[in-house]
Amino acid sequence: MSLDLSTEAEVTWCPGCPNSQILVAFRQAVEGLVNDGKVELHNIVAGSGVGCHGKISDYLDVSTFNSLHGRIVPTLTGIKLANPKLNVVGFSGDGDSFSEGFNHITHAARSNSNITVFLHNNQVFALTTGQATTTSPKGFKGGTMPDGSINEPVNPVLIMLVMGATFVARTPASDIAKTKEIMQAAMMHKGFAFVEIIQPCITFFDTREHFKNAVYWLDAKHRKGNIDYAFKVARMNTDEKVPCGIIYQTEKPTFEELV
Amino acid sequence: MTDLSIKTIAIGGAAGDGIREAGINFSEFLNELGYKTFSSFDYPSLIRGGHNYARVSYALGTVHADYRELDVLVAVNAESVFIHQHALKPTARVFVEEAYMNELEGVTANLIPIPMKKIAEDTKAPQVARTSSAFGAYGYSLGIPLNRLKELADKVYANVGSEINVALVEKGYKHAEGLGVTQDVCATPEEYGEIGEVIDGNKAIAKGLLAAGLEAYVGYPMTPSTSTLQFLAKMAKKRNLKVVHPEDEIAVLNMALGMSYAGKRVAVGTANGGLALMQETFSLAGVAEIPIVIMVSMRMGPATGVATHTSQGDLQFALHAGHGEFPRFLVAPGDVEECFECAADALNIAWKYQMPAIILSDKHLSESYKSVLINEKAKGPDLGKRAVPVDGHYLRYKVTDDGISPLAFPGKKGVVVKATSYEHNEEGEATEDAAEVQVMQDKRYRKLQGLYEDFNWFPTVKTYGDPNSDVVVVFWGSTKGAILEAAKQLKTPAKFVQVLWMEPFDANRVKRELEGARVVVDVEANHTAQLAALIREKTSIEIYNKVLKYDAQPFTPSELAAEINKFI
Repeated sequence: MSLDLSTEAEVTWCPGCPNSQILVAFRQAVEGLVNDGKVELHNIVAGSGVGCHGKISDYLDVSTFNSLHGRIVPTLTGIKLANPKLNVVGFSGDGDSFSEGFNHITHAARSNSNITVFLHNNQVFALTTGQATTTSPKGFKGGTMPDGSINEPVNPVLIMLVMGATFVARTPASDIAKTKEIMQAAMMHKGFAFVEIIQPCITFFDTREHFKNAVYWLDAKHRKGNIDYAFKVARMNTDEKVPCGIIYQTEKPTFEELV
Repeated sequence: MTDLSIKTIAIGGAAGDGIREAGINFSEFLNELGYKTFSSFDYPSLIRGGHNYARVSYALGTVHADYRELDVLVAVNAESVFIHQHALKPTARVFVEEAYMNELEGVTANLIPIPMKKIAEDTKAPQVARTSSAFGAYGYSLGIPLNRLKELADKVYANVGSEINVALVEKGYKHAEGLGVTQDVCATPEEYGEIGEVIDGNKAIAKGLLAAGLEAYVGYPMTPSTSTLQFLAKMAKKRNLKVVHPEDEIAVLNMALGMSYAGKRVAVGTANGGLALMQETFSLAGVAEIPIVIMVSMRMGPATGVATHTSQGDLQFALHAGHGEFPRFLVAPGDVEECFECAADALNIAWKYQMPAIILSDKHLSESYKSVLINEKAKGPDLGKRAVPVDGHYLRYKVTDDGISPLAFPGKKGVVVKATSYEHNEEGEATEDAAEVQVMQDKRYRKLQGLYEDFNWFPTVKTYGDPNSDVVVVFWGSTKGAILEAAKQLKTPAKFVQVLWMEPFDANRVKRELEGARVVVDVEANHTAQLAALIREKTSIEIYNKVLKYDAQPFTPSELAAEINKFI
């Protein structure tokens, strides 16, 4: 059965923005899960923060909560606490959860809140027309740092592993089929699931060519249940090689079970 | 012949000496005996040392505030005697730690040495329990038979191990007997009224929320709001409550809004500093029309301020919480009973009108204990306007005549619930369309019409004293206690007007109560007369006479009476 998850809201992302690929991947992920009987459509709640990614709430015909900049993660935990039957996912950005809301996402990982966070990482504040975020490379020239960013970038996957996330993955938005699969695995995971989605900003920081060459997929030799392997893969992230796939997965009691 | 006047006991010592607990124990004991009590607690922001004291006033009738003038002092150290000796009435008894007697030469008070430390050592009791022997000596001085005292002590200390404490009480009693301490004549049982419980404002707020159907509570510890969080955390299993303490106040309110959106009746609690952190999220509750109750207990600001002391300095701040314009509800209870009632009302109003509701308390109200009779069945849940089964399409922000859109929660087949921080259309999708923006603002503000009608059913304003007096004293919040006690000491009888609902504001009623008065006096525990400013804004009435206190201490009845008398 094909599900129409679109709304009447006009899509206002830049034409060609990889956010649209993330939207398509998510709609397909939901359709697959619903058709396979794994999730009931009315039990899906999708939250988002504020930034370009946040507009996704308007484009999804499911229950949504478009929160404030940086604050979507505790909102998601609240939703899951209130009704454990809900499958709670959230879209966030590198500005939204690794600059403004850094303390929330780290604590949610630490407490293994049973929610899923998709991080649209475009390494730039785009909706405010191009400033450095915490994931921008050192030297990135943006409106607030015209001589280049003076800080080292953070590595979201590594931080999530350190904070105790029980599902950590990375995927490029350009690969819709793989992104869909990883989204489904994350949504089916019991515990805090974190997916970094590489989402080049075609207007303010176009990294499409770079990631086309740098992305590679983890193969069957990668032991995703082994934290040492996971840390090794997470630290490998360099300008040349960006490993994608499910980097780590384990099971622990969830926050919502323990509260 | 029983003395009907109000009596006051202070218990003083260092932090870590169990002074607060002793104060509560004395209050409960007097309450069990049949007296009505009011107790306040003064403590610095530290864990060990410093000077702490608890002050308990009691009488056969209701006591609204504790008095500064002491009939009894229990001094665990010499410092307590030096600090409080000037407040002792000439007849006062001072039960003092015997070990410090040599430091108290020259003190003219009636010192009764009790070897609290030694009695505790001999009984193998922890030193933190040593005030229990002074309790026994005090019981002896009240003229209570030992068996009756032991019976009461057994009840009072039930939660902390009554056996060892009752042993200390008995030894203290016998010690006083041995010293030949004079005994009062105790009131006869028929002089007492019905015995209630001794609770503080924070606990009463928790009880009010529970009565109105609270299902979840989120908080981050901050004096003076913490005890509500701890009380509810303790109750969580028994009452099937979700009680959460997340990483910070911003997370607190966002998490609570997530719970409310998904269908739980939830409240949060914080101090004024925490409310400052919650500003943006408070505004989110306003635009997204997510019901939420925020208990805000004020301490003295600005910033960290006087962290463990009281103030009414944030009425205007709380009234204007959040950026942007949206309707909200704010109620300020004045005593423990009103804490219960207002908290229940706030929860119901938040859900009925789908707006943020603030219960504004302060340290003196939140943490002072009072003998009260609360009928927990007097309040129940009002669930608000639930979505009628929808035929196809649910509009979260449906435009209606009364401004209230039917409320549905996610997880129901065929229902899509969209909440958003952006201005939005009826679907809950972001809009920048000029007409839609205005329609949605008007819809939200129409909800106030319902609240204006509620003025008829709720105590928005209360009056006390002589209704025909041409002297009117207007006040709000925790000053109520000192006002009602000060009333007994005024040169002429006055009318007292208490404002409870600050937003929406019952302007007609306030106007009616103030008009025609010869003298109007505004009493507040802040520097800028914030209620007077609100009254001027809403009624155009300017109040010229003000009694303002901003030294972080609550008003005491006698000093307040003296101040008000200057204007009469």
